Amino acid sequence: MASLINQAFKKAKSENRPALLTYTVAGDNTKKKSLEILKSISNYADICELGFPHNTPIADGGQIQTSAYRAINNGIKINDVFSVAKDFKKSKKTKPIILMGYYNMIFQYNENKFIEKCKNVKVDGLIVVDLPYPENKKFSNKCKRKGINFIQLVSPTTSPNRLKKIIKDSHDMIYYISMLSTTGGKLKVVPKKILERYSKIKNQNKSKNVVIGFGITEKTIKSLKKADGLVVGSAICKEISNSIKKRQNPVTNVTNIVKRLKKKIT
Amino acid sequence: MKLKKGISLIDQHDQNGFWGNKFGGSFIPETLKKPIEDLTNEFKKLRKDKKFIKKRNFYFKNYIGTPTSFVKLNNLSNHLGGAQIWAKVVSEANGGAHKIYNATVHALICKAMGKKYIVGDTGAGYAGKMLSMAAKKFGLKCKIFMGAKDIKRQKPNCDAMKKNGAEIVPVYSGSQTLVDAVSECMRYWVSNCDNTHMCVGSTVGPNIFVKICGWSTAQISRELKVQLKSKFKKIPNKIKLINCVGGGSSAYGFWSEFIDYDKKQIELIGVEAGGPKKSKLHAAPLSRGAKLGILHGAAAYCCQNNEGQINETESISAGLDYPSVSPIHCFLKDTKRARYTYATDEDALNAYQLVTKLENINPSLEPSHAFAEAIKIAPKLSKDTIIIVNSCGDAKKDRDILRERLGKK
Ligand SMILES: Cc1ncc(COP(=O)(O)O)c(C=O)c1O
Repeated sequence: MASLINQAFKKAKSENRPALLTYTVAGDNTKKKSLEILKSISNYADICELGFPHNTPIADGGQIQTSAYRAINNGIKINDVFSVAKDFKKSKKTKPIILMGYYNMIFQYNENKFIEKCKNVKVDGLIVVDLPYPENKKFSNKCKRKGINFIQLVSPTTSPNRLKKIIKDSHDMIYYISMLSTTGGKLKVVPKKILERYSKIKNQNKSKNVVIGFGITEKTIKSLKKADGLVVGSAICKEISNSIKKRQNPVTNVTNIVKRLKKKIT
Repeated sequence: MKLKKGISLIDQHDQNGFWGNKFGGSFIPETLKKPIEDLTNEFKKLRKDKKFIKKRNFYFKNYIGTPTSFVKLNNLSNHLGGAQIWAKVVSEANGGAHKIYNATVHALICKAMGKKYIVGDTGAGYAGKMLSMAAKKFGLKCKIFMGAKDIKRQKPNCDAMKKNGAEIVPVYSGSQTLVDAVSECMRYWVSNCDNTHMCVGSTVGPNIFVKICGWSTAQISRELKVQLKSKFKKIPNKIKLINCVGGGSSAYGFWSEFIDYDKKQIELIGVEAGGPKKSKLHAAPLSRGAKLGILHGAAAYCCQNNEGQINETESISAGLDYPSVSPIHCFLKDTKRARYTYATDEDALNAYQLVTKLENINPSLEPSHAFAEAIKIAPKLSKDTIIIVNSCGDAKKDRDILRERLGKK
């Protein structure tokens, strides 16, 4: 049977649009609120990425750092992250959820236990920012055996030779980092160029779903709608920060952003 | 887990970059894979290139000023009784600390790779100051990432960086110290790796940075070996090499030539930062039994909670105030070749006072941790035991802290 991730891409394709992927941090700004946000935005998003926060995130820019620190300061623990994912999947059985974070958290939890737990709470995929290919081979195989998608990242610096190997080792989805940047950077490459590189990846194996992330906002999303999927993270985290500052309900505000993002690519 | 003889420790890792199958590696975001591969290849080539070695030696001699002196601390030895205490006064090197070796080599590599921008992290400000010096010397544009807390407590070094034309980028996240500076520097490199070279200020970070740094500071022990032979006619039978350990670059450089010796002949003692006596916080992952973790691209013993969140650290010495440590020192610990202990803030301050009262050297708070251990063990040791302390930094940068803690000087 096709994975929920694959099905989500298929559905988007049948509607002639890219899949919309959101990124929020578990526990931002509280455990309860982050679950509410997740449930609400998943009415518009096709796939939800859920960050497990780390306090030394070396590849994240200011917005996501702020969300992560906020969640940690509010006491979120890794088991809370799993329980958010579990509660989410209870009410949204077919909506794929991808956990995303840094390897030390998995290492301390224990690789096998972590994967087992993911399976139990019905997590569909994993992104580990600082576990690149080929170091991730063993881990990604373990994921595959448990029916969990390990999502490989590729970037503008990935050489053609390396790209081939990574695609070969990938599961259903590949994440293309649009530019040299941490998360939350301004899109500093013209969309045409990003899509050119995207096509090079896509053309190597059409059966893989390739998403583009980094620098995608309400302003830029439309220009990249040719992709299989588009990831928006920092723009959402920033809205949570703004809502808190303005003492407004982040659930409503974030949902509105995701609604608008969806509209722009439909 | 076993050390090999006759092979430099920096080269004793497996093909994935792990020492003892366990420490080091390269846990990096995909974007950095290519720049790190390029740097790895370049370094592999350069270290075999006679012209490059000649150039390095030229600058070590004429710019850094080698060899730094090796002196007996007669008054301190007599005062304590017991072992003889000697110092390798590495703080004589241009700029006032061992950080100049790594900085100079990185600037040369940056030039060789045709990059015009260089960035680096700093805690005590020495790594930053030295990188700014080397950048100026070799015509590179330089940015230094530094925790806001460290900018305040190490002002003299910040003034020097600015004077050399470097931009200091203050880091306000987390504990606002070295750990945050390294993170922010790496983030900057992720975004600018196409035209910028990154220098990591110690033997930490992804595998290649551990190697380059160790290769650079190894100069210290090459000199010491020659000096020992000339002072004692041969390498003495009972030596203890005592060095402070933050990331571990000065300790590795001080020890690298002596790793193959039996530890009964040459004992290696690393001293970490124990933090304030009354505080629960410290920066001593090796000596206080921290668990293995992944920080800044490397697996090493690391102060962290059981979820893997990195702990805040606390030390009077900004240079030692780092939650993790070099994978090479983890390897030396687990193979039992080196022994690690810690000194508290108070121990270091007391050592600083005693050493500067009796001797004509002025060790900064980092090497004062090493002196604290020397002072502790010397009285119990025989007269023919040679304790050598690496006095790897000058206390000028600690002016404000010393004034505050010890009163007017
Ligand atoms: C004088 C001095 N000693 C020691 C250190 C600690 O670093 P490492 O352990 O890499 O020598 C520093 C770091 O800034 C330093 O400035």
